[in-house]
Amino acid sequence: MTVGLLFDSTRCIACGACAQACKDQNHLPGEVEDHTTAYTWTTVGEVNGHNVRKLCMHCLEPTCASVCPVGALHKTPEGPVVYDAEKCMGCRYCMMACPFEVPKYQWDRPIPVVGKCIMCYPKVQKGEPTACAEVCPVQATVFGQRKDLILDAGERIRNNPGKYTNAVYGLREAGGTGVLMLASAQFGELGLKTNLPDDPPPMRTWQVLSKMPDFVAVWGASLYAVHWITARRDDVAKAEGSER
Amino acid sequence: MNQSKPNTFERFRPGFWTVLCGILFVALLVISYLRYTRGLGAVSNLSDRFPWGIWIGFDLLCGVGLAAGAFTVTAAIHIFNLKKFEPIARPTILTGYLGYIFVVFALLFDLGQPWRIWHAIIYWNPHSVMFEVAWCVMLYTSVLSLEFSPIVLERFGFNRLAHAIHSLITPLVIVGVILSTLHQSSLGSVYLIVPSKLHPLWYSQLLPLFFYLSAIGAGLGMVVLESYLSGRAFGRHLEMDLLVPLARPMVAVLGIYGLMRLQVIFHNGAFADVLHFTYEGRMFLLEFVVGVLAPVAMLSFRKVRTNPRWLVLGSFLAVMGFVMNRLNVSLTGMERAAGMRYLPSFMEITVSVAFVATAMALFALAVRFLPIFPDMRRPAPAHGPRPSRLPGLVIAEEEE
Repeated sequence: MTVGLLFDSTRCIACGACAQACKDQNHLPGEVEDHTTAYTWTTVGEVNGHNVRKLCMHCLEPTCASVCPVGALHKTPEGPVVYDAEKCMGCRYCMMACPFEVPKYQWDRPIPVVGKCIMCYPKVQKGEPTACAEVCPVQATVFGQRKDLILDAGERIRNNPGKYTNAVYGLREAGGTGVLMLASAQFGELGLKTNLPDDPPPMRTWQVLSKMPDFVAVWGASLYAVHWITARRDDVAKAEGSER
Repeated sequence: MNQSKPNTFERFRPGFWTVLCGILFVALLVISYLRYTRGLGAVSNLSDRFPWGIWIGFDLLCGVGLAAGAFTVTAAIHIFNLKKFEPIARPTILTGYLGYIFVVFALLFDLGQPWRIWHAIIYWNPHSVMFEVAWCVMLYTSVLSLEFSPIVLERFGFNRLAHAIHSLITPLVIVGVILSTLHQSSLGSVYLIVPSKLHPLWYSQLLPLFFYLSAIGAGLGMVVLESYLSGRAFGRHLEMDLLVPLARPMVAVLGIYGLMRLQVIFHNGAFADVLHFTYEGRMFLLEFVVGVLAPVAMLSFRKVRTNPRWLVLGSFLAVMGFVMNRLNVSLTGMERAAGMRYLPSFMEITVSVAFVATAMALFALAVRFLPIFPDMRRPAPAHGPRPSRLPGLVIAEEEE
């Protein structure tokens, strides 16, 4: 069972309640900024006439969790992708690798950590919806089981002909995401990434990394074999030289 | 132990380079203070949109890559049994060792919380390329220390221990080559995860292989370059009989690498960028023409590569091509996706330059006080070296 969020851009009125609720829930310092930072985990704003939220997509196979050398990021069984600041050493590979450019860093602190939406994991564990979904006055963001949300999204598209683009963002992008989005225009127009492969990016590195143990054995044996032959050749040459 | 401490420091007069190093060192201290008290943002142009800059692109990627001469040459000597290369083993191992130390120091600056660098030892994530990189750095630095230790031990008269370590050289070299292969290629694998971000002129599923091949090419180029530079500094002559044979594998490796790069760009459909002369296209042309085509074309000719001047120039271009490639992969190729241009801050550049200067100074010191070059362990050759421009060196040659 994986939980998720469904964001409907056509319902959103960009009131900003979600961003403020997120700050309060996660005890983030400062005012809500106009773009996501380590201190503002979600924003809502207008892009080409469409109201769009920016937040962690909570990938089904998260790239950030796969690249983190110390496993500070991980996918919980419930669905949210969470971060353990105690493990993080600050290599920022997650920021570099995330296809949605979600993790942000505390550039202004001497002891910095990563900041990103954790889908209110403590609340989710208690069976409650996220703060942003709870506070939304128009149900633009709703919380639920991902499979129910997909059905819900399909229903909205079917019941409102012409209102929506016939697609759900996050269904397949980067292997599928926990956060799904609906819009009345092409997703690119909303500033969403449209060049993402359907296969999860972690597969690309795992294809290489999973072969490492075999490679080490074969490469080691090959190197020794070459050494064995060349050294033997040398010995033979020396022995032949001394016979004469 | 022969008479150590020749009267080196009596003749010490600070020259241009010494003063420059002094200034860099003070600058490094100031920047370190700012970086550790005010955070990364205070000293660098790194940002949420561009989280990796030259400390990764240059210090880490190039520092590791240019150390590739060490595993290539030790493999030639101990695995392919080409014993004639023995005289250049020590300087290349020294270069590799310094390269890795350089990388570790760069990481202490670049990591957000460098005091947690050991976390990779206890918190494992085998799905992460960075985890593999971390382990390769740790293990290969240890191997290089062991490979390098006989030189130091010999210098201080622990000949039995030096001999004992040297008798383990074959397994050490094999482990070193395996680790280097993994490490060089894994730096390429780091970028496999960003198919939607890295420009198609550089992105490829073959990135690990490209990084490995180009590191071997550039590593061999570095061997020639460091022989030339130390030759200039210490009045040694260039060992052409050893360096010319390195040019041939360099041409072969870089040639194959170049061909494969072109094939990938063709399959990625990215030649349009080259033809339209876009920003990325121009940077690629610079990297490829200057750093791959030119050295391969030049050094293919026997007449050219047997001329010391041209050999050094060709090697220099190969090394430059390598550096440009790493900067293009890590910076140029990522800029379009980030929607911005990244230029390193003055302080970022200063840190990198200071680290390079430190590595070069350590190399010079090591050459002066340790038995690194064979002709400096023997009495001066009959034809006599050029008089040294560095104080203390002539004395080092008069030793024994």
